[in-house]
Amino acid sequence: MALFRQLWNSQLAALRKLGAVVLFLGEILAQCPAAFTRPRLISAQIHNAGVLSLVIIMTSAFFVGMVIGLQGYDSLARLRQEDILGAGVALTLIKELGPVVTALLFAGRAGTALASEIGLMRATDQLAALEVMAIDPIRRIVAPRFVGGAISVPLLTAVFNAIGILGAWFIGVYIMGVDGGAFWSQMQEYVDPEDIGEGVSKSIVFGIAASLIAVYEGYNCAPTAEGVGMATTRTVVTTSIVVLILDYMITAFLI
Amino acid sequence: MKPSQAVDNLIEISGLRFSRGSRVIFDGLELAIPRGSITAIMGPSGCGKTTLLRMLTGQLRPDEGSVRVAGQEVNRLSRPDLYALRRQMGMLFQNSALLTDFNVFENVAFPVRENTSLPERLLRNVVLTKLQSVGLRGAAGLMPSELSGGMARRVAMARAMVLDPELLLYDEPFSGLDPISLGVVLRLIRLNNDALGLTSVVVSHDVAEISQIADHCLVLSEGRVIASGRPDELADSDSELVRQFMTGAADGPVPFHYPAPDYRQQLLGSS
Ligand SMILES: Nc1ncnc2c1ncn2[C@@H]1O[C@H](COP(=O)(O)OP(=O)(O)OP(=O)(O)O)[C@@H](O)[C@H]1O
Ligand SMILES: [Mg+2]
Repeated sequence: MALFRQLWNSQLAALRKLGAVVLFLGEILAQCPAAFTRPRLISAQIHNAGVLSLVIIMTSAFFVGMVIGLQGYDSLARLRQEDILGAGVALTLIKELGPVVTALLFAGRAGTALASEIGLMRATDQLAALEVMAIDPIRRIVAPRFVGGAISVPLLTAVFNAIGILGAWFIGVYIMGVDGGAFWSQMQEYVDPEDIGEGVSKSIVFGIAASLIAVYEGYNCAPTAEGVGMATTRTVVTTSIVVLILDYMITAFLI
Repeated sequence: MKPSQAVDNLIEISGLRFSRGSRVIFDGLELAIPRGSITAIMGPSGCGKTTLLRMLTGQLRPDEGSVRVAGQEVNRLSRPDLYALRRQMGMLFQNSALLTDFNVFENVAFPVRENTSLPERLLRNVVLTKLQSVGLRGAAGLMPSELSGGMARRVAMARAMVLDPELLLYDEPFSGLDPISLGVVLRLIRLNNDALGLTSVVVSHDVAEISQIADHCLVLSEGRVIASGRPDELADSDSELVRQFMTGAADGPVPFHYPAPDYRQQLLGSS
């Protein structure tokens, strides 16, 4: 009974937090038009969140691609279907792994940076100072970071997919000797625009979710060193769970 | 309220009540701050001086009572009106609160850049003038992490007054300053106040220093104003409360301790 009550309370807390996050999103969206009038602030954030994540995204993508290439080759070789390796790899990456892994890496690399940066501004009264200077911190600090992050994730996902496919090509064609022409032509044959659409929609949704969680946790963190640390941790944990849940929901909806 | 009063006082607080959790911070606070004056707010640590400044800027809302600045009820203002009112205010934070991403020059320029469209050349002049007045024009290129606490405080001061506000709030402007900068900052507060015709509220523990420039002192304790008047009046006040504060005695009507259970009992007794 006590366990049940505890569960129920934690569900209630989660629900309340969801409400708070949605309200926060509303506040950010209301300030977005103003943020777009200063594209430089946004491009600086795309640089921070996106460009600086490129190395980790590209490295991970190459290895993920090689693993799928290897596993795919191993499975397909048993069925003597190595030729469709290209199609299999591309579908897996574009529809599933690309958006999900990119979002998770983004949370670890850029989300934590966003949350701790904003959290530290909260802890050192910088956000309060902005308010007193009649500068809305949501408009000046939060909105550009949110938009920059939300734009970065789909772009990073595209990079991830491209590098991942290269990695699979390297293993499949270059090492294992799958026919290169078949690799690419089967990929062209089987990957439909809808598949790409599914991947793109996922990456857009994940980008919004990951950026929103990061700026929310930073903005609402307890104004102490410990509070900033906790906000950073929560950013990664919450983003990971939310991305996986959303991934299932979008997949179920689109199939 | 008499209409003449509304004109004279830039700040009027009445019946202010505010609690943090179970701790009552203001309990029916009443005060009025005349336009064009320097008012010192004194009181023991933790009595709510910073909290009071945050009420004036609308960052905290009172539980009860009214806070009026320039005739406007701060906690009833719409967001745009509150921001418009804040453009008339400058605040020096206790911990300076400089933006760590920007250098000294950009920190001081920040409110100007964000709130006005001053041409770059004019902006440069304004910022350098303000930095010169706090003696840090040479530090314009440094980052906040490269400043000492006292230097950061002076940069924050330059930033607070860069838009020539009508009301300047200083939270502990003297802490961490060497005697020379302290003298400079003291004169600067007086000079700013008189030259620009603004109203200054200075929170400070440094009774001797602040007494030199303040027109008016308020002593806060236990959620109320326990004394007010000119510094010289307070110094030879016959109230025991005020004398204790002005002379800095630990024992007296103003409690030095944060409310706590009995000391002996807590040390000896089982938890
Ligand atoms: N965020 C907060 N949450 C809960 N209590 C708080 C918070 N901030 C301040 N307090 C409490 O409010 C009281 C007043 O704090 P405030 O910062 O206004 O004191 P102060 O007069 O400025 O003290 P000092 O001279 O040390 O700066 C303190 O007792 C403190 O414990
Ligand atoms: Mg204080």
